[in-house]
Amino acid sequence: MTILTAIIALLALAAVFGALLGYASEKLKVEGDPVVDQIDAILPQTQCGQCGHPGCRPYAEAIAAGEEHNKCPPGGEQTIQELSDLLGRDFLPLDEEHGEEDVKRVAYIREDECIGCTKCIQACPVDAIIGAAQKMHTVIEDECTGCDLCVEPCPVDCIDMVPVEETLESWHRERPPGVGGRPETYIPVENLA
Amino acid sequence: MLSLLRGKREPIHDFPGGIHPPENKARSTAAPIRPGPLPHELVLPLNMHVGAPARPVVALDETVLKGQLIAESQGRISAPVHAPTSGRITAIEDRPVQHPSGMTVTCIVLEPDGREAWAELEYRPDWAATDPAALLEQVRHSGLAGLGGAGFPTAVKADPGEDTRIEQLIINAAECEPYITADDRLMRERSPGIIRGIRMLAHLLRPDEILVGIEDNKPEAIQALRSAAEGTDIEIRVVPTRYPSGGEKQLIQLLTGKEVPAGDLPARVGVICQNVATAYGIYRYLEHGEPLLSRITTVTGDAVSHPGNYEVLVGTPVKDLLACAGLDADRLGKLVTGGPMMGFTLPEPAAPVVKTSTCLIASTPEELPEPPPEQPCIRCGACAEVCPANLLPQQLYWYAKNDEFERAQQHNLMDCIECGACAYVCPSHIPLVQYYQYAKGEIRNQEAETAKADRARQRFEARQERIERQKAEKEARRRERREAQRRKQEAAPSGDDGTRSDAAVQASATSAGGGSAASGGSDGSGSGNGDDESRADERARRMKQLKVTYNKANKQWKQAQAAFNKAQRDGADNLDQLSANVDKLRTRADEARAELDALVQEAKTDVEAATGRDLKTLKKEATDAELAARRKAKEVQAAREAGATEQAQSLEREHEQLRQDADDKAAWLKRVMEEQGMKEDE
Repeated sequence: MTILTAIIALLALAAVFGALLGYASEKLKVEGDPVVDQIDAILPQTQCGQCGHPGCRPYAEAIAAGEEHNKCPPGGEQTIQELSDLLGRDFLPLDEEHGEEDVKRVAYIREDECIGCTKCIQACPVDAIIGAAQKMHTVIEDECTGCDLCVEPCPVDCIDMVPVEETLESWHRERPPGVGGRPETYIPVENLA
Repeated sequence: MLSLLRGKREPIHDFPGGIHPPENKARSTAAPIRPGPLPHELVLPLNMHVGAPARPVVALDETVLKGQLIAESQGRISAPVHAPTSGRITAIEDRPVQHPSGMTVTCIVLEPDGREAWAELEYRPDWAATDPAALLEQVRHSGLAGLGGAGFPTAVKADPGEDTRIEQLIINAAECEPYITADDRLMRERSPGIIRGIRMLAHLLRPDEILVGIEDNKPEAIQALRSAAEGTDIEIRVVPTRYPSGGEKQLIQLLTGKEVPAGDLPARVGVICQNVATAYGIYRYLEHGEPLLSRITTVTGDAVSHPGNYEVLVGTPVKDLLACAGLDADRLGKLVTGGPMMGFTLPEPAAPVVKTSTCLIASTPEELPEPPPEQPCIRCGACAEVCPANLLPQQLYWYAKNDEFERAQQHNLMDCIECGACAYVCPSHIPLVQYYQYAKGEIRNQEAETAKADRARQRFEARQERIERQKAEKEARRRERREAQRRKQEAAPSGDDGTRSDAAVQASATSAGGGSAASGGSDGSGSGNGDDESRADERARRMKQLKVTYNKANKQWKQAQAAFNKAQRDGADNLDQLSANVDKLRTRADEARAELDALVQEAKTDVEAATGRDLKTLKKEATDAELAARRKAKEVQAAREAGATEQAQSLEREHEQLRQDADDKAAWLKRVMEEQGMKEDE
């Protein structure tokens, strides 16, 4: 009898919680895939395609689906570290196959040489190049992600990737050298033995 | 003595931490304010204030008068620049400025002519009767920007917004940093002006209370202010000397007990804080019309023979000012700008004195020696005891050192005012502030990058969306066109010219609709039956094939011919072989061409059979109809220009008919040709 009561009680509980869970899974359903959003937020959004995917979002989806997270050269080690933390995966060194970490660059159009073919405008993934057919084009420097995609299509090779220069706003003090980081302050020691 | 000076004891609150570094103020307070030098050139950076840089409004070689506007403010948070003396603009170029990086900034370079000829100034002696909003607009043109060293545009600060009620206006006269005495001397000598400036600020802000916070190490200044403020509602509140009581948030806390929330402005708690020199600047501007042209800068240190306060024209190169104060270059060690606690070593003495330059210390190596080497943190906690912002400096130090910026932010790194009290007391001589500045800079850059990445994401997504949309629109348009064509064909009568057979119409309708050609119904009258249909298709395929073959063969033949010609010129041995090759390819091309021609001929015959006319006639008809339509269009145009509206309207109707006819004929011709597997070029 006792055992019957226990079984009935457990079954009743199971039914109640099952119904509750079922209700919750319908009612509180999360739209989209939050992991993909989180990964996408970490990726640098250069949309350069160096990872082999047509943009950062597709790569985020691929990572969520199990692809390795070390194929993003613009993000570099910091992005890999953040992704490792987010996904609970091991840190991997940057996959050299997809390129190397480099200084930040932006595209610059040598305007005298531009023939106004609009090919770079079509290639730019973030609409950061303005111009019209037969008219000179120019890059909106602030919006350029430095993805490199406009360099290849240019028929007259008038696009350079120039390193981003430091400005008064972006300048900051360097980290101090730390303990023992200043060799000029060492006291010379002579071994007498 | 001090309690006597204070008179009645006002309630003084407290702020946490603070230190008592040696003051070293006496040597620069001894002498009265002296005029600064008139250098051979003045260098005026466009970003002497916080916010957007000013935009030059003068041209090269232009002659300007003293007080004339030479760069206007850009945007809300900005301040204009005026010519500090009369002279000629000799350059607008990048010059080194007072910045720890030693970087250059766009500056206007002015060569003084020594005449000191004033521009026409706008006085505002009636300020008390002026509407505060209008007066504020006026102050915007004064070029004033926080003279205490922060450089925040004064007009912006004096405009907390309609719905913000200001309880206290605080005038910061604490001047807590060692060595600096510029405000002290200013108060001793020009108190009446300061008090008038304060009253102008009060007129703008309408506060409940006006408090002047001043440290008790300036008894003469307190005395001067007291007597000048006699009979007004301005309260002079004396606070004990303790660094950094002159920090904006610290002084607010000292005088009112209010704490400014993290990352917020004092206006949030109903307080506006202005420097005492700024108040004097407002007085000079409103009552004398003088924009900010000069400031009082303390020049001190063991390496100058005449330490003291100088009224320096903005833009005077530091080296000229030091020469004026009697610099002994041999004894000069570090040249520090802005005070020993919060200032920095000036990398370039050619940099100019700007609106925020409070102090220059030309020290000897003994006076400000190189800091001893950094030792490991022993976790003594002395830094936490002196931190005026109630932070945990050693925790922040660990995070900054190990690049754990997120944790540093969680520990409110951004609330650090970089006063340097922690580094001052650190027994291990850790340059703590430098660590914080590094971490703050990194965090700011990362935030900028994240913001940029977000923007890039939005732009990328918007672009993808646009491409998708355009594709869908194009597809919809195409479908619509096809549909319209089909409907028109179905509805059209069997032809105004009577020669178009129903069958042909039907057959074309089916092919235009993209349906299978074999299903094209035929009801007898002859030519367009299913058999024909498939024959035409077959022919079209064959034609395409032949065309490709012909093109290829023709090209190969031409290449072979060229090779042969070259071989002949060079006198090669294998001429025979090449010649045979040329012939073979020639034959192949000719064969393909012949077959193609035959097919085209066949197709033309079929067209004739189907429509009762030959292709030439059809083409001519289409062209004639098109020409007629265009002529009519010109007539319409002419009639319109001549002003004959009614005539134009009837012509317009005719034109529409003709245009319809021409379009029909052109479409029909195209369709007929397509049916027979021909393209227009054949």
